[in-house]
Amino acid sequence: MQPGLYHLLFISTALFFIGVFGFLTRRNLITMLMSIELMLNSVNINFVAFNKYLWPGSMEGVFFTLFIIAIAAAEAALAIAIIINVYRSHKSIDVEQIEELKY
Amino acid sequence: MPQTIWILIIVLLPLVGFLFPALIGRKYPASIAGLVGVLLHLASAIISLFVAYAYFFQVGKVNGIYQKMIPLKYSWLQFYEGMSIDMGILLDPISVMMIVVVTFISLMVHIYSTAYMKGKERIGTYFSFLALFTFSMLGLVISSNIFQMYIFWELVGLSSFLLIGFHYEKIAARTAARKAFIVTRFADLGFLIGILVLSFYGGTLDFNTLIERLTGNASPQLQAALTTTFIGLPALSWGLILLFIGGAGKSAMFPLHIWLPDAMEGPTPVSALIHAATMVVAGVFLVARMFPVFAQSASDVLKLVEYIGLFSAFFAALIACTQTDIKRVLAYSTMSQIGFMMFSLGVSGYGSENGLGFSASLFHLFTHAAFKALLFLGAGSIIHFVQSNEITSMGGLRKYMPITHITFLIACLAISGVPPFAGFFSKEEILLACYQQDLIAYVIALITSGLTAFYIFRLYFSVFWNKPHQVNQPSHGEGGFAILLPLIILSLASILIGWIPFGMFVSSDGIALHSSFHLYFSILPVLIGLIAIAIAGILYKSENNKSERIAASLKGVYRISKNKFYIDECYLFITRNILFRYLAKSAAWFDRNVVDGFVVFIGDSTVRISERIKVIQSGKMQQYALYFLIGALAIVLIFVYRIM
Repeated sequence: MQPGLYHLLFISTALFFIGVFGFLTRRNLITMLMSIELMLNSVNINFVAFNKYLWPGSMEGVFFTLFIIAIAAAEAALAIAIIINVYRSHKSIDVEQIEELKY
Repeated sequence: MPQTIWILIIVLLPLVGFLFPALIGRKYPASIAGLVGVLLHLASAIISLFVAYAYFFQVGKVNGIYQKMIPLKYSWLQFYEGMSIDMGILLDPISVMMIVVVTFISLMVHIYSTAYMKGKERIGTYFSFLALFTFSMLGLVISSNIFQMYIFWELVGLSSFLLIGFHYEKIAARTAARKAFIVTRFADLGFLIGILVLSFYGGTLDFNTLIERLTGNASPQLQAALTTTFIGLPALSWGLILLFIGGAGKSAMFPLHIWLPDAMEGPTPVSALIHAATMVVAGVFLVARMFPVFAQSASDVLKLVEYIGLFSAFFAALIACTQTDIKRVLAYSTMSQIGFMMFSLGVSGYGSENGLGFSASLFHLFTHAAFKALLFLGAGSIIHFVQSNEITSMGGLRKYMPITHITFLIACLAISGVPPFAGFFSKEEILLACYQQDLIAYVIALITSGLTAFYIFRLYFSVFWNKPHQVNQPSHGEGGFAILLPLIILSLASILIGWIPFGMFVSSDGIALHSSFHLYFSILPVLIGLIAIAIAGILYKSENNKSERIAASLKGVYRISKNKFYIDECYLFITRNILFRYLAKSAAWFDRNVVDGFVVFIGDSTVRISERIKVIQSGKMQQYALYFLIGALAIVLIFVYRIM
């Protein structure tokens, strides 16, 4: 059976909410970053899926996905740099420990 | 009109004189401050003479009537068509005459000040303020718009305040400045409301249009202003009364005169310029400016002007007889003379022969400016010489200050109305105008005129004759060229300007008024003046105790007059015991409890609410993400299911 658009959308939605769940429940900053990547990739799947099923003649969705992957790599590098700095100052990357910015 | 630019220059030169030191600030060298001021005002005075010549002899007269010209008008703030605040120049006989008086007296005072203020601190500031005053006063007299006049009116009040308080290190000067400001400001409130009332009915702020609309029976605006009544008086009368209150405050008419004697705390040349010759006659000028309306549409208000003026003249003359501070005597004398001017306006009618009082009033303003400035400048020299204001510590000065003595004597003769000095002519005209209108007022004016001669010669004899002077500094002369020159020029003016046929130039309707000289009529006032001088001579010429004996026999009357009829005390009583105790206290309670309470309540409740809701900002990143998610989902739900 050929997978249809709805299958792909189901997968991407599932992936997105897994990412949301991970982002909200995990305490480790690295894991949270990974959750964010999941959400980002679910969006990528949407892009590719819509491109393939709705506008088969064009390639914009695919190119956008490539751009997003490149930017996500840069973003991951940035986030990890921040996490390293957080670790240096707090000796921990547990998000529960980092809550100075409040009232 | 080719002179427009020149008139602007007359007004703007003093402004330069004000801004120049103000912009340079403390680095402004004191040595050139006076010189710059004198040169600017000299130019201004000379140009004003040319403008006056051009107006009176070349362009002003059309078909035998002096025109009200508006060579320049710039609409500054327009409310609606026809109602706008303009900055303009209005040339008519009274404004041209005032331009000459203001620039000329200002020049004299500047020259005098260069010597008088030598070595004092803040000379640059002093000349800057003087120039500000001259600028504002010139702006006031050339105003073509009643609101423009009000703006400059406040500016002269401000410069008067600054100059009275010039020696601000003295408490007396500070309080005097404050008093002058508050009292005149209070009166100016009347002026402002008067402007609002008149412009509401007249539908314009422009002087010419306003006067035109508020005179003449056919005018619908006048009918509206006359038929609308408030507490039994037509709106027009209210407007004019309020206007007059403003004028009375500036011109120190009873009961708003209390600031003038205290204003003598300022430097003496300032008193000569502001509190004798120019600013204090602004009230007279205001009434004269609106005179057609007063005379033609509201003769009842004009009666009020007459009585207030007459009473102030008499009342101030009585007080002047007992004061011992030389400047205070002159201050009360100023008040009395301005009373004469007001009163003369009050007895005047409009047009041709009836307008004699109008011409007489402005004639007296003109001559008074010369001889009163002279008296004050002379008094300045005397005070400088004796180092005291009290006439009891003076005496026998005629040997030490011969030129001051002669010039002072001329001014005294002029103010007493002795022919052929300037005051004689103007005072005779006032008395004549009064004689034709109101006999009882004439008798009072005659008595006042006698009192004038008495108090001014009491001053003269006490200062220059009486006991021999104990010289503390024998080398101390009467001053150099810069001191004597203004005295001599002003004394020449006091002798000569009376001969000007003033009615030919300044009259209520612009048509030349031929005032004939009535020889028989003048005999009585002159005789009374001479008798008063003789009495003053007997009492004060040599050292004796006659005056004390008379004072003792007049116990109560003397004490009341000496204490200025306790008017200041009345004011204090009213403000302390009534205004402060009842009005101010309850207002303070309201402020503290209701107004402050409301503000405190708002603040308190804000704090309390924010204490409750601040926990939302927990610093926990995942909580924020959750809020964000919930919000995003809520928006999605709203849009998808169109809940709202």
